[in-house]
Amino acid sequence: MRCPVHLSIGQEAIAVGVSAALERRDFVLSTHRAHAHYLAKGGDMRRFIAELYGRATGCCGGHGGSMHLIDLSANMLGSTPIVGNIVPVATGVAFATWLDGRDEITVVYLGDGATEEGAFVESINFAALKALPIVYVVENNFFSVYSPLSVRQPPARDVVGIAASHGIAGARGDGNDVEEVYRLATIAATHARSGAGPYVLEFETYRWREHCGPAYDNELGYRSIAEFESWRARDPIAAMERRLSQTSTIEPKSREDMARECAAEVDDAFAFALASPFPTGQSFGDAYSSVTAGR
Amino acid sequence: MSREISYGAAIREATDQLMSESDRVYVIGLGTTDPKSIFGTTAGLHVKYGPKRVLDMPTSENAMTGICIGTALMGMRPIMVHQRIDFLLLALDQIVNNAAKWYSMFNGQQSVPLVIRAIVGRGWGQGPQHSQNLQAMFAHVPGLKVVTPAIPADAKGMLIAAAHDNDPVLFIEHRWLHNTFGPVPEEMYETPLGMANVVREGYDVSIVATSFMVIEALRAAEALARHGIEAEVVDVRSIRPLDVDGIIASVRKTGRLVACDAAWKTLGFAGEIIALAAELALENLRARPVRVTLPDWHTAASPVAAEMYYPTAVTIANEVAALFGKPQRSAQEWKLVRKAPADQPDLSFIGPF
Repeated sequence: MRCPVHLSIGQEAIAVGVSAALERRDFVLSTHRAHAHYLAKGGDMRRFIAELYGRATGCCGGHGGSMHLIDLSANMLGSTPIVGNIVPVATGVAFATWLDGRDEITVVYLGDGATEEGAFVESINFAALKALPIVYVVENNFFSVYSPLSVRQPPARDVVGIAASHGIAGARGDGNDVEEVYRLATIAATHARSGAGPYVLEFETYRWREHCGPAYDNELGYRSIAEFESWRARDPIAAMERRLSQTSTIEPKSREDMARECAAEVDDAFAFALASPFPTGQSFGDAYSSVTAGR
Repeated sequence: MSREISYGAAIREATDQLMSESDRVYVIGLGTTDPKSIFGTTAGLHVKYGPKRVLDMPTSENAMTGICIGTALMGMRPIMVHQRIDFLLLALDQIVNNAAKWYSMFNGQQSVPLVIRAIVGRGWGQGPQHSQNLQAMFAHVPGLKVVTPAIPADAKGMLIAAAHDNDPVLFIEHRWLHNTFGPVPEEMYETPLGMANVVREGYDVSIVATSFMVIEALRAAEALARHGIEAEVVDVRSIRPLDVDGIIASVRKTGRLVACDAAWKTLGFAGEIIALAAELALENLRARPVRVTLPDWHTAASPVAAEMYYPTAVTIANEVAALFGKPQRSAQEWKLVRKAPADQPDLSFIGPF
């Protein structure tokens, strides 16, 4: 795999909880760390892994890579890695549904770094101005690459407060608690769909692996082992499993079956990707949709 | 074809016809609905089509460009307007990273049918940040189309073609062209993108020009004809896609090339034309190719600076004369004295912008 991957490991609960609160027809756009968002919205796993391998069967035919995930059949409209630059595009998607009086809502995921970009404030200003049906989901994992919040934002900075100063409703929650995410996302989605305007959700969570790539990188010293371990103890998947084992009527046997099915789906996606052809030369070099004279 | 209207009126008429043709078209930009309505080019349209079709907007060029892209992905056909191209620099991220790339990066699944009208300019003390000609910078980026119509009929036909096109098109209007007049058909029509136009036939030298420099080139050609040199003037019209075949055909025919662009010299559009001639028609060149451009420094506001800064028909005529070993002449000697000073499009223009 010759492609920079920005893994969602440790941050799964936000994508799952938010997606569970959406209709399939709702629109989602995302960032460079989009894997979980894409899969949770119903993006095709085979085409996702094939894209990471640069294959013709990938969701971008090998033209995009891991940072550009799209599955139009799931209304996952795309992801981009320039920090903050998907936020206006998503706001435009919501603007289009507003102009046409449609009832889909739009969700855009962004990180704590993106809230420092002008594009974020410009976008929420416009969304508030027109009362657009959009939910901004801020995944605060405390790092922009290796730069911690403390070197980027004053301690009192409050994203939900910034939204509130624009007249936008919002809430903050535990991004590693999938039930809390689902509860808050349902409130936000209902609010947006009712015509009450945009909503800003901020969830705290934590990136387990290196900014980009599959490894752990705590040895670099940009964060403490103690901090990392405290977040690993809050693994959203393990927490959900514990909760289910205490409260759910699901048999242990069927949980094992589910895990096996998931593993098989992942294995199948990797096998599919590795068996897929690379794109041909003819598919490159086409930067334009409409053919014109000249070159 | 007898009706004559202004370049600005042609743009307004094209916009009106586009909006009438499809309810997917909307116009957005700072000042579209204000009393001056982008130099009159959007006048009255918000009354005719309502506040969801013609919108003023927050002073947020970057996000608003991204918002237009988002609506384009949803099937709408936005026409975004900026009163100065200089403000478009705030939106470079959305234009270069998203609009230009969306179609190819997502493997052709969606395109971005977005027209961005940007006005370039000259003179009247606009200074370094209000009169730049940045077309080459944008045209460098694959995925963008960049057009620079010079006459009213092309302004109308190319705006319609741009709005019908499925790719992002930067539609560049020179402020000094808004009040020029010419025949414009009343019906709706397209002037295809990517096709240059020979606006004056000749056989001694090809003057290849964009935007307002086409007007200067035509004046120069008239003066040169009085001295026995027949210049061919090629109005490029579309700098990307570029009518390479059409331009090179003219160069092959005349064997001499003067490339004129109302922008800087270094790494610019005029240099691109000369590179193409060197690659494709070197054996036909009978003289060194010449660039007529702005000097590589910033527009100063003073009217005195304008006299030094802007190349004119006189500059072009003298460059051509040099290729033929003929003497350099003054504006008076070429009979190219402008009635207005170099910082004023014509005497009727008295500002403020």
